[in-house]
Amino acid sequence: MDHLDQLEQQSVYILREAYKHFERLCMLWSIGKDSTVLLWLARKAFFGHVPFPLVHIDTSFKLPEMIAYRDRLALEYKLQMVVGQNKDVLASKRTFPDTQDLPEGHPDKVSRVDCCGQLKSGALRGTLHGTLPRMRMNLKTGQYDPDPDSQPYTGVIVGARADEEGSRSKERYFSPRDKNNAWDVGDQPPEFWNQFKTDFSPGTHVRIHPLLDWTELNIWEYIQRENIPTVSLYYDQGSGKRYRSLGCGPCQAPIDSTSKNVDDVIVELKSGKLKNVAERSGRLQDGKHGLEELRRGGYM
Amino acid sequence: MVIVGHVDHGKSTIVGRLLADTNALPEGKLEAVRRECLRTDKPFEYAFLLDALSDEQDQGITIDTARVFFKTNARDYIIIDAPGHIEFLKNMISGAARAEAAVLVIDAKEGVRENSRRHGYILSMLGIRQVVVCVNKMDLVNFDEAVFRRIEQEYRAFLTEIGAVSPERFIPISGMQGDNLASRSDKTPWYDGPTLLEMLDTFQKAPPKVDRPLRMPVQAVYKFTNQGDDRRIIAGRIESGRVKVGDKVVFTPSNKITYVKSIEGFNTESRDEVEAGWSTGFTLAEELYITRGQVMSHVERAPLVSTRLRANIIWLGRKSFEPGRDYKLKLHTAAVPVRIHRINKVIDASEAGSQLDKRRVDRHDVADLVLETQSPVAFDTVGDNEASGRFVIVDGYEIAGGGIIVSAEEEERDELRFEARMRDFHWVKGGVTASQRAERHGHPAALVMFVGGAKTGKHGYARALENALFESGRNAYMLDGTNVLLGIDADLHFVDATQRELVRRFAEVAHLLLDAGMLVVSTTNAIGLADYADVQALLGDATSIVVDVDPEGKSTAPCDLRIRGNEPEAQVIAQIVDLLGKRQITQG
Repeated sequence: MDHLDQLEQQSVYILREAYKHFERLCMLWSIGKDSTVLLWLARKAFFGHVPFPLVHIDTSFKLPEMIAYRDRLALEYKLQMVVGQNKDVLASKRTFPDTQDLPEGHPDKVSRVDCCGQLKSGALRGTLHGTLPRMRMNLKTGQYDPDPDSQPYTGVIVGARADEEGSRSKERYFSPRDKNNAWDVGDQPPEFWNQFKTDFSPGTHVRIHPLLDWTELNIWEYIQRENIPTVSLYYDQGSGKRYRSLGCGPCQAPIDSTSKNVDDVIVELKSGKLKNVAERSGRLQDGKHGLEELRRGGYM
Repeated sequence: MVIVGHVDHGKSTIVGRLLADTNALPEGKLEAVRRECLRTDKPFEYAFLLDALSDEQDQGITIDTARVFFKTNARDYIIIDAPGHIEFLKNMISGAARAEAAVLVIDAKEGVRENSRRHGYILSMLGIRQVVVCVNKMDLVNFDEAVFRRIEQEYRAFLTEIGAVSPERFIPISGMQGDNLASRSDKTPWYDGPTLLEMLDTFQKAPPKVDRPLRMPVQAVYKFTNQGDDRRIIAGRIESGRVKVGDKVVFTPSNKITYVKSIEGFNTESRDEVEAGWSTGFTLAEELYITRGQVMSHVERAPLVSTRLRANIIWLGRKSFEPGRDYKLKLHTAAVPVRIHRINKVIDASEAGSQLDKRRVDRHDVADLVLETQSPVAFDTVGDNEASGRFVIVDGYEIAGGGIIVSAEEEERDELRFEARMRDFHWVKGGVTASQRAERHGHPAALVMFVGGAKTGKHGYARALENALFESGRNAYMLDGTNVLLGIDADLHFVDATQRELVRRFAEVAHLLLDAGMLVVSTTNAIGLADYADVQALLGDATSIVVDVDPEGKSTAPCDLRIRGNEPEAQVIAQIVDLLGKRQITQG
């Protein structure tokens, strides 16, 4: 058994524990490499099936390739695909991209962090709790219809990795959040061996993190080994640039890289110029404790 | 690898320095932290590289464990930086429980403190055998060898006293200045051992437990029929041993035996054998009713079964762990109600294992006690098999304690359980399986047992229930205790008839009828509610429902349904049918 096998087997174990304990379970799929590995691991855990809905929060600023890829895989894997969106904020244009050209200090200007708070955290909260409308893919037509189900999800599987940044390094595999999605990082439940918190009071829900022990390199090595399809944005298409992590277009800068496929990416991470560069350095909203604050408020 | 020790003894600093000295930090991270310190007018500390939370940096302490990734030429590491504050002991344990090796840090100037001892105790209890002790801040005591030796001597004595494994090595270091961390220090000429980094590379990864007896706790049974998949898959992780297609396996505690038909997987080659470490799935030769919490093993080397476990635990709950209250035991994949049967001793882990005089286990106490589960569980002692010998206690919604099973505690029903087990292991099966019978009859087998004194009306209810079940097309039979007494028990007039023997014979007759797939309705004066646990021990995991007819309404002993004996028959029958429905015996 090699290291990747061990990571895979532990993640499968955690996914099965989650499925056992939460009747209202869903998995977040950001279309990025981590949550796509997570989706693959779910198919491993359940012998080719994914027995819970996949939830995607669409900020409307995602790159079009991501959406096309999402819908293609949803049809191919027969996924229960649920999409949520903060339509009010989008309609009233209270977003960073819509207001970025306003002068500094303008009362209507929305910061990147506040924009994430609305379009991601806010939309996610509403979608998980069922207070915002959900759309569900109709596998016969490939179209999205309003989802009649508005019950809250009590277990949410998330692809966070501990090596991404400081506050994620403090997560549990099973992490309870209260009604407002708040994370009490100083008072997390103990995890002895493979016993996780699976009992919780009404109103709370639990985030499940099967990928905590994986590094960015592990993810790519696993994608290579399992031959998992990924979005083309991760690779240089001839422009000398590629995305190292995927987010919204306006807050996500591609990096200079000529990696054209998975093998190239692995070489670049292992011995090339990315060896010692933090993965989220291309994300513009992090800053000092920016992500910790976002996470306390429900950000993934 | 986990790094533990008393608060402020320098754990985060050591990890931060180790990362910096081995070039494991992302580009610019060190400079960014230095800049931030300058800006906020704080002296630079390597700990800031780890203590990522804003509260942690403001207070200069580690609140929660952090996972940190780094690699040497020898291997990849996940370092878990655990907090030293007593308040965050549960966070320290969460970190330590995952580790295969530990670095315990003691401040050279402060010496052995409360949490140095408590953490040593916990590491030992968590079963971490590879421990190195760093005596840190040697720069503050002028790298004095005498100070180092004194601490080593005192701490080794403590570990011996609590019966823990003595650490392989004590290393004098300075986390702040980097002495003996990644490179050898010239300030400790009297120390000729390895650096911390060299020491870490000597630690061994735990070998997979393939050569131990097979243990696979059942995590779930899957059937994705609505996705066009007819496989019925028993899923779980093999914690130890190996298993092949065609192997004869038993599920404990139900004692059900069958053969492995196939090993299932997704995007992997099909295989005939699978071993420890794999989260896998099986189909079985027979469609047995298997549930989560049972342990699959080979028949010859099955796990122990009991309701009483002698254990060592550490308690973390805000509320104390007390006799007389109900808790939940989570052991491998099993979850059962549990109570304290007896407290042997409560230990103050911050002292040299000194004993406390109390009848409950308070937060941060360690205790040696006997637990009693409501129904039998399959387990091993932690010495034989860690995965099936470790557990947690859930109080309300919280994981409030964790522990290890030291031994099985003898219990009155062990003999009966052993008898049932031997009977089941060697049971000669007919050609018709239980699921075939269930399909033919429209329901699986079950026992409804009416107990209570003479002339309480049990018999009337039992007859009415048998009739009602029979009329609705079920295969029901009334087993009256008198018939057993007159027949099977007739010889007991001539021998020493014990209550135990009456119970044993009655239960074995019921067991035969259950094996024939019947809904058995029993009524008996000779066997009471107090004997019910004995009956259940002999029935194995067959479904049974006990109805106590108690005209006085005084009894408080647990049962499934308690009535006074004056309720209309139709109402009682409806209640029982409802209970049978809930146990998935009857539908509609």
